[in-house]
Amino acid sequence: MKPAPFEYMAPESVDAALQLKARHGAGAQWLAGGQSLIPSLNFRCLKPDYVIDLNGLRELSYIRFESGQGVRLGGMTRYHELEHSDVIRQHAPMMHDAIPYIAHDAIRSRGTLGGSLAYADPAAELPTVTTALRARYLLRSESSERWVQAEDFFVGMFQTVMQPDELLIEVEIPLPKAGAAWGFIERSRRHGDRVLMGVAATLTLQPDGTCADARLVYQNGAPAPRLAPQAAASLNGKALTDEHIVAAAKQAAYEEIDPESDVHASSAFRRQLAFELTQRALRDARERGTAAISEEGAGA
Amino acid sequence: MSELHTIQTNINGKPVEASVPGRLLLSDFIREELRLTGTHVGCEHGVCGACTILYDGLPSRSCLMLAVQADGHEIVTVEGLASNGELHPLQEAFKAKHGLQCGYCTPGFLMTLVPFLAEHPDPDEATVRDAISGNLCRCTGYQSIVDATLLAARQMREKAGAVDGSEATS
Repeated sequence: MKPAPFEYMAPESVDAALQLKARHGAGAQWLAGGQSLIPSLNFRCLKPDYVIDLNGLRELSYIRFESGQGVRLGGMTRYHELEHSDVIRQHAPMMHDAIPYIAHDAIRSRGTLGGSLAYADPAAELPTVTTALRARYLLRSESSERWVQAEDFFVGMFQTVMQPDELLIEVEIPLPKAGAAWGFIERSRRHGDRVLMGVAATLTLQPDGTCADARLVYQNGAPAPRLAPQAAASLNGKALTDEHIVAAAKQAAYEEIDPESDVHASSAFRRQLAFELTQRALRDARERGTAAISEEGAGA
Repeated sequence: MSELHTIQTNINGKPVEASVPGRLLLSDFIREELRLTGTHVGCEHGVCGACTILYDGLPSRSCLMLAVQADGHEIVTVEGLASNGELHPLQEAFKAKHGLQCGYCTPGFLMTLVPFLAEHPDPDEATVRDAISGNLCRCTGYQSIVDATLLAARQMREKAGAVDGSEATS
């Protein structure tokens, strides 16, 4: 047996799970999809006294569209379910496109949305994507609950604002505005490998072609999903010309992100990747936004 | 700490009841308790794909699951692919196209590709290569694995077409 001994618990309701966590605190580890936790247990990097298995909690596995509000996703919703969901394809298309980048089928069949967010790996897709989509997360403990905006949730590498007694219950993605557009692109050595650099761009294209609400978020651009607020702001109120796109990409890649060097790539190479990928993501967004405007114009 | 948990599961169509410690990995349970040694264990941290099984029909890494999580669920291992003494068409194709050399990775490739072919009956080569990107072959025999997969897909389509008769549209 590889993991060190622990007491395994499989509560049958969220309330029961929260009571257990309140009692055992940091000595207890939530087990969601297990695709990161179990390797850590196998290596004995983590030796929790208690493992609280959330996989029996069907009440945390759902994908709901609520008109006028947005998309609500249960924390235990698996990548596989998100990947094949029509609701996600329609109402959170950037997430739909990003999911196949996550590892492989055999990992996506188990890994969960809440697990990915709470684990807070800077190279993971969903922290970056949900931040770009202005999502918020519902955290609940035995005695309280709170909503946290995605951009306020991640503190550093594998660190979040979650307290030891809290569980990530739900992710809420707001409805996109008219003219909303996006681009997501990432690069790794091979599909499914740890990502070298990724970028998620969201914006709204106004009927006159000017850009608003731009947001640029980087995956593995820093120890946590990193926004590039100045580069994004430089796009707002302007037409998305190639010139503006290049200038924003340059500012984001060389001034606002802080990628690390490791055996896979140097920081300089990652910045160069970010510069190129940002341009592509913004051009994709421009294309989608332009198409959305012309459709709406034709419909009016 | 070493408290045992009683699980009732279904392995390759047969009901199984067992008592397992919480920390026992599903891969070790399958190999050491059930003696189904077709499921191979390589890296034991989810990277190599050798231990892939079907969990409720979906490919999953058995080294990244606990045995206790099999309770109430259906598991299929490589031993469950053949039926009535006949190999699965994918196994036949691996044999015909030399899709294995040392054979260590083979069960994982098969258990990854069986559900893939069910979902993609007519894949192109690039799609097959993408589908096996989570499985490592230490002999680097990927070309033959891809050839075997494409052959199996073709043969399974032909068989399905023969069953459907004149209803077949492609």
